[in-house]
Amino acid sequence: MNNSIPETQKQTADNKKTEKKQVAKNITRGPGRRAQQARRQFLRSVALATGVTSISLLGFIPIPSDAKRQKLRPPGALLENDYLSSCIKCGQCVQVCPVNAVKLSDINSGFGLGTAYIDAREQACDFSCDGLQCVLACPTGSLTHTLDYTHDTRMGFAVLDKPKICLAVAGQGFKGVARGTEYNGVLRYEEIDRWNPIPLKEHPYDVDICDLCVQACPIEQRYNQCQDGKYPSGDKNQCPPQRAIGLELIEEKNGVRHMKPVIYDGCVGCGVCEMICPTAEPAIIVDYNKLTKRPLSEQYLIKAKKGGHS
Amino acid sequence: MNLLLESLVQLFGRAPRKPRKDELSPAVQKVYFHKKGEKVTKAELIALHDEHHKNSKNKWRKRRWLTLIAVNLLFVVSYYFDIQLLEGALTASRFAGFHMADLNSALQVMLAHKVVLINLLIGIVTVFILWLILGGRTFCSWVCPYHLLAEWAEMLHLKLFARGWAKNYTFHRGVRAVFYVIFALLAILTGYTVYEFISPTGILSRAIIYGPTMALVWIAVLLLFEIFLSRRAWCRYVCPIGITYGVVGVLSPLRITYDMSDCKHEGDCRAVCLVPHVLDLTIKNRSVDVEVGLGADCTRCGLCVDACPTSSLNFEFKGLTQKKKKEELSLMPPSVTEKNPAVEDKIND
Repeated sequence: MNNSIPETQKQTADNKKTEKKQVAKNITRGPGRRAQQARRQFLRSVALATGVTSISLLGFIPIPSDAKRQKLRPPGALLENDYLSSCIKCGQCVQVCPVNAVKLSDINSGFGLGTAYIDAREQACDFSCDGLQCVLACPTGSLTHTLDYTHDTRMGFAVLDKPKICLAVAGQGFKGVARGTEYNGVLRYEEIDRWNPIPLKEHPYDVDICDLCVQACPIEQRYNQCQDGKYPSGDKNQCPPQRAIGLELIEEKNGVRHMKPVIYDGCVGCGVCEMICPTAEPAIIVDYNKLTKRPLSEQYLIKAKKGGHS
Repeated sequence: MNLLLESLVQLFGRAPRKPRKDELSPAVQKVYFHKKGEKVTKAELIALHDEHHKNSKNKWRKRRWLTLIAVNLLFVVSYYFDIQLLEGALTASRFAGFHMADLNSALQVMLAHKVVLINLLIGIVTVFILWLILGGRTFCSWVCPYHLLAEWAEMLHLKLFARGWAKNYTFHRGVRAVFYVIFALLAILTGYTVYEFISPTGILSRAIIYGPTMALVWIAVLLLFEIFLSRRAWCRYVCPIGITYGVVGVLSPLRITYDMSDCKHEGDCRAVCLVPHVLDLTIKNRSVDVEVGLGADCTRCGLCVDACPTSSLNFEFKGLTQKKKKEELSLMPPSVTEKNPAVEDKIND
């Protein structure tokens, strides 16, 4: 009995072999073969469609490290979802920026691949183009064309993220170059050169209480110019209606008094404060999500309804 | 046979239809009749090719590679020297200040964003007119940087394939139309420009202009797939840009025309072609007329023009190119008509 089992198995195996051979013979000739080839090609095509579509859907999963903190977008950017759908990924905004603040996202941003962003700590937008060049360059209105003035933008909102390390809060001054001699970021200093931004490392500071974030703030600078009666680009409309940031004397509950940078409603989230903050980690950062409290698109809608510029 | 319709359905993936005998013009039937039994040896073909391409080997390929590299370099030069001649990337740009928008990218953006943007519309119209004049898929072979890389990969693929080191799996061409619908639907449903995430054209164009990115890994994967597994797979079976520009090219006056009178039907053109189905009319008894323009899927790359041993394939700009006038009768060897009066009857059958 035990011997017969392998034999029958062998027989069936042999039968299968001959069957296969016959099938093979049938399909290597005539219409059967063509049908099989067509079937295989069809299956391959289905696999290709599934494969490539699946890969394209990987864009839904940006690499987490990249998504940890919402990137700043260039001035006038629509809210994130609208921005991602309307951006045509051409980089014209990159090309016109005089301080090279605008960069393009890589594949780890998922569907954000090729969209423009600003890493404020690396190089913030200091509005030294004076005319929102990136907005003018945008071919799709992803950076909304309803935006006319620097102070109307909302890229985010500055927050004193780490008050404990803030030099002003600690009552310290600052002497030297803000970000060290290795740092390559640039800012425009109107009193030095109206047209060309200069490297931060060529512009040392010496202050008794650190107020670099306030000094460098482009909105504050414009606000102060207007207070002095000197309108930016000679245009009164360029005057920011509100202040953006200032050092205030704060008295804690325990009676300790110290200075502290306070952010006002005029802040546009350009990120210059985050860029210039001389501590190793920036004490002040721009939070994108704060802007959603005053939705950007809503602001522009209100403006458009008022018969504002378009 | 409606050539326009045939050209469109081929673009969307149907195999070329073999024309019925009654669809062939009398003139073309006459020529085919006299070609019966005509044989040509390999040596004769080489001699013919040498004669027709004296001093001009790969003429069109040279011109095309130069153009492709020049266009892409112009973006780079314009950016680095800030001459503002051609700003942006292939997805959208400004040429001397004029808006230009890649038709497929613009379509994806509008489907995802669901707003028709005026600036974009200007760019779309400009580019539409440009490629309507220049031949639609001409964009693919004369501008798209991925096309050039894929062409080099194809050369390698053919060498490896000849040695049995690479496979060539084919797919149904209709899958490209399926992709077109999939990416359109994905853009509408997700609100993201999903295709742009994997578009080698956009990724490469940006990498050339703004510097290399990690996304180039995807380009490498595609090229390796094409080298080892499937010849020119992306352009042939996937890329929706090809369909978009193909549709524009349906009515374009610039195209490659086939004159079958001197054709030896040896198939050298089909062997080099990215989209060989548009050249199926060079097979005997497939051309409905003595002179026929190639279908919309043709990228006007000119490889077939360079390969043709008898100059039967040529660039033509409708209304501008002067056609060689040929008397129908001169196509017929005189010996045949003189010696065999029954010929006329047979042709009329």
